[in-house]
Amino acid sequence: MSQETTTPLNTQDRGGPAQPILVVNNLKKYFPVRSGLFAREGKFVHAVDNVSFSVAKGKTLGIVGESGCGKSTTAKLIARLINPDSGKMVFDGDGVAEYGGIALKEFRKNLQMVFQDSFASLNPRLTIEQTTAYGPTVHGVSRAQAFAQARSLLQRVGLAPEQFATRYPHELSGGQRQRVNIARALAYQPRLVILDEAVAALDKSVQAQVLNLLQELKSERQLTYLFISHDLHVVHYMSDEVMVMYLGQVVEKGPVERIFSHAAHPYTRALLSAIPSMDPAKRTLKSPLEGDPPNPINPPAGCRFQDRCPLVKDICRSVSPMLAPVGVVYDHTVACHLNLEPPPHE
Amino acid sequence: MRDHTQPPQSPQAPQAPQSVGYWRAVLRRLKHEPLAMLSAGVLLVLVISAVFAPWLAPGDPFKASMLKRLMPIGSPGYLLGSDELGRDMLTRLMYGARLSLVMGVVPVFSAFCIGTTLGLFAGYLGGRINMVIMRILDIFYAFPSVLLAVAISGALGPGLSNSLIALTLVFVPQIVRVAESVTTQVRQLDYIEAARMSGANAFSIIRVHVLGSVLGPVFVYATGLLSVSMILASGLSFLGLGVKPPEPEWGLMLNTLRSAIYNKPFVAALPGAFIFLTSIAFNLLADGVRSAMDIKK
Repeated sequence: MSQETTTPLNTQDRGGPAQPILVVNNLKKYFPVRSGLFAREGKFVHAVDNVSFSVAKGKTLGIVGESGCGKSTTAKLIARLINPDSGKMVFDGDGVAEYGGIALKEFRKNLQMVFQDSFASLNPRLTIEQTTAYGPTVHGVSRAQAFAQARSLLQRVGLAPEQFATRYPHELSGGQRQRVNIARALAYQPRLVILDEAVAALDKSVQAQVLNLLQELKSERQLTYLFISHDLHVVHYMSDEVMVMYLGQVVEKGPVERIFSHAAHPYTRALLSAIPSMDPAKRTLKSPLEGDPPNPINPPAGCRFQDRCPLVKDICRSVSPMLAPVGVVYDHTVACHLNLEPPPHE
Repeated sequence: MRDHTQPPQSPQAPQAPQSVGYWRAVLRRLKHEPLAMLSAGVLLVLVISAVFAPWLAPGDPFKASMLKRLMPIGSPGYLLGSDELGRDMLTRLMYGARLSLVMGVVPVFSAFCIGTTLGLFAGYLGGRINMVIMRILDIFYAFPSVLLAVAISGALGPGLSNSLIALTLVFVPQIVRVAESVTTQVRQLDYIEAARMSGANAFSIIRVHVLGSVLGPVFVYATGLLSVSMILASGLSFLGLGVKPPEPEWGLMLNTLRSAIYNKPFVAALPGAFIFLTSIAFNLLADGVRSAMDIKK
């Protein structure tokens, strides 16, 4: 409680640094597929299927996967923007939105999100100062104080308030808007920030600036990030741990260097081999994977990767693999029957 | 535009922080729209002549003269002619503006308030609440608006206030429908999700984040209803459900003068011309206000 901090932060570090800030257990969301008004809801899109993970305090967990694999749905489920069908979440020792746990409103104060589309995520009718100040006023901060805080936050993210505070979103560039989104997310003094493809829409140079800003803010304010991206370079740069998702399920999770050097799951290996190499001699025209992901509506039994896996066996067709430890590194887990030894480091 | 971390030398950057409020900015932009300003002027003249009719009108709206029936426009003493009972048209038009404007504005304004509120909540909350509200309003949609107005008015009994209520009920479903569809679109945007992330309740999100985007389209739609409301009101008056003769009201005057349409077409058309003028002025002004409300301008 009485931790010395550089910023006037409210770090209710009840569980101590060892307690994960967020534990997600068997999160599940099936979207019904409606074919007509009176049709029976027989089909479901298995958007997020039994996803479990935990995020350590002060770390960044990167979530990667191709589009449609449930990354963003997972983020929205965690933020409770959509309600999960089942699954539990524990935020720093408190069950979220359950009896005796942390109330949803309180939880949302501790958790914020930065969206991919910097324009759609800002109200076009509010100045960026008003947008940034809105949240704190909801939580009972006085207007004057909220605006003062908004201005200092805008200053911190690199938008001089005397020049930008009264501007509207359409008067800003993409990078500037994303800075506003970051400022808004920080206005509540959150402890966990979900970055849902937060830099994907920015060009490379702006992306680097925003990423550096995020890193600075993280150490300044003891934030924990959930960094969702399809850009493996960016994930490599930002994350401490990486979780790979495929069709709504976690296929592999582990420390970032381990994943990037000793990936165990065939899908992760394929993903990594798809990273364009900087070395022209290593460039290849061969596609690492054949085919498309199967239809997420009522997927087949067994491993969801079976139809594209180059090493598929009989057991993969019938039994779903569970996440299990692999290799020598603690907390490197993989969901695969093949029990592959991670390849030696090149 | 590049991403500036340092204060850039951007030409359109305001030097001092603006203190101009949103509505003041809207008014400033509105002043640059000539058509809207002209319409506002026309409406202002109409409203002034209606409010101050007892002092401004040249005669008595009820004083009939059997000798001077249906005088042409420009006759001495009858600047805009006289009606089928020899009453001064100009006077009656000025007095008639009072009731006509009330019949046009009050139902639409009440329906605007009720309908926008219902539409916002139906659209924002979605699900069952949306379905209940919208299906109930669909019942009203099943009837043509004239029939509906007559039916409600007839059920409530004749009289000015009852016909105002009837007209309000006619317009509510239409406005709800517009407000609901706009709200449903806005609700899906990321900034609403960001607002929900802040832990704000539905009421606060609707007020701060949804209302601004919904008001514009609904406002324009509602002003289009002003003329419809005036016509419907005159229809009710004609059936004896609204204003009763000899009370001057444009719709009623149009009805009573219709027998003179072949003798004195211009005199007979005058109330209609005023209804037309008023409604087009409302429409143009509303267009101007809506584009002035558009922040991107």
